[in-house]
Amino acid sequence: MKYIDPHIHMVSRTTDDYQRMAQAGCVAITEPAFWAGYDRSSAQGFFDYFRQLTEYEPKRAAAAGIQHFTWLCINPKEADDPGFAREVISLIPDFLNSKEGLFGGNVLGIGEIGLNKNTKNELIILEEQIELAETHNQMVLVHTPHLEDKLKGTRLIMDALSASSIDPGRILIDHVEEHTVAEVLDRGFWAGMTLYPDTKVTPQRAADIIEMYGNERIWMNSAGDWGCSDPLAVPKARLEMRRRGHSEDVIDKVTYDNPQTFLSQSPNFRLS
Amino acid sequence: MADVTGTSPQTAQQVIDTYFMEHRAKLVDIAAYLDRIDRGQGEFPDDFRDVAFRKAIAILTDGQTHRAKRILELFSDHTTQIPQSAEGMKGAAGAVAFAATSSVEGDAS
Repeated sequence: MKYIDPHIHMVSRTTDDYQRMAQAGCVAITEPAFWAGYDRSSAQGFFDYFRQLTEYEPKRAAAAGIQHFTWLCINPKEADDPGFAREVISLIPDFLNSKEGLFGGNVLGIGEIGLNKNTKNELIILEEQIELAETHNQMVLVHTPHLEDKLKGTRLIMDALSASSIDPGRILIDHVEEHTVAEVLDRGFWAGMTLYPDTKVTPQRAADIIEMYGNERIWMNSAGDWGCSDPLAVPKARLEMRRRGHSEDVIDKVTYDNPQTFLSQSPNFRLS
Repeated sequence: MADVTGTSPQTAQQVIDTYFMEHRAKLVDIAAYLDRIDRGQGEFPDDFRDVAFRKAIAILTDGQTHRAKRILELFSDHTTQIPQSAEGMKGAAGAVAFAATSSVEGDAS
């Protein structure tokens, strides 16, 4: 079996995580830019992070036999200061067309953009990053807020995206749960389920959601990072689906075929 | 809400056979948590999270489907105001109160 983990923060993980993921069948990952657990003190900190994502991390992944792709942005948690956020955004265009890295350009689009506390400042920067994606014909990966802020934030984000000219089929809205998934799919976006202990979706609930809302335009990911998270969450969800009697075709569809279909809309996504 | 009758690949009996032990343990965990609150020292707190939690428990036994969705909606912020900045705001609390007094941090990703 093989699978793609389309959202994982490998800069926060160890090399043996890459090895264990490869042993479990992972052939490719995509890594969105995110909050490092602390606020960076300068835009230069982001420049270095973007270089890590586009130059260093692909080599570390390749050593384990995994292809590495990335998404760049200023994350919503650090986007509440518009002036600072604009400095960071100005760095991104040069990376979008860069051919640095082991496979040439590995940037798939703008992400993970979205909202954190659903503020006007965050919304302004979200709209500017959507515009950046429009201008550069980029796909978009969206972070939705956590816990009590998710429902309101997801709707605000979808409204902002719908006001743009980007085809919703080129946008994936991540971290959906039972109260947001139907609206995301109904509005034509792709949906991502994050398998994350305590605060997001368990493998059992991910399988429930697929059973209730179908297996079209949906994927699952581990979003493994520096918090309590599991880089093997996707293969565990595959086992959960198999335990229930789902066919191998359906399991492969949501953990390999669907990510491949969505990501292949970027010319930089090529599986070897 | 969508009719989801019959969408599981398992029979209802198979679901019980597969998951009863796992969820028995989770249910006892919740019971022990509520007992722990009762055993706590001092006045019983007027905590918005606890209020929401007990309302959510009622959803479990109301005989209607889409329980997970409705519990998540119960825990959600349904206001329409959008503050200018996050400065001074606390982390996500997991439930809603208009005068939050405490919070826990959310996760990173």
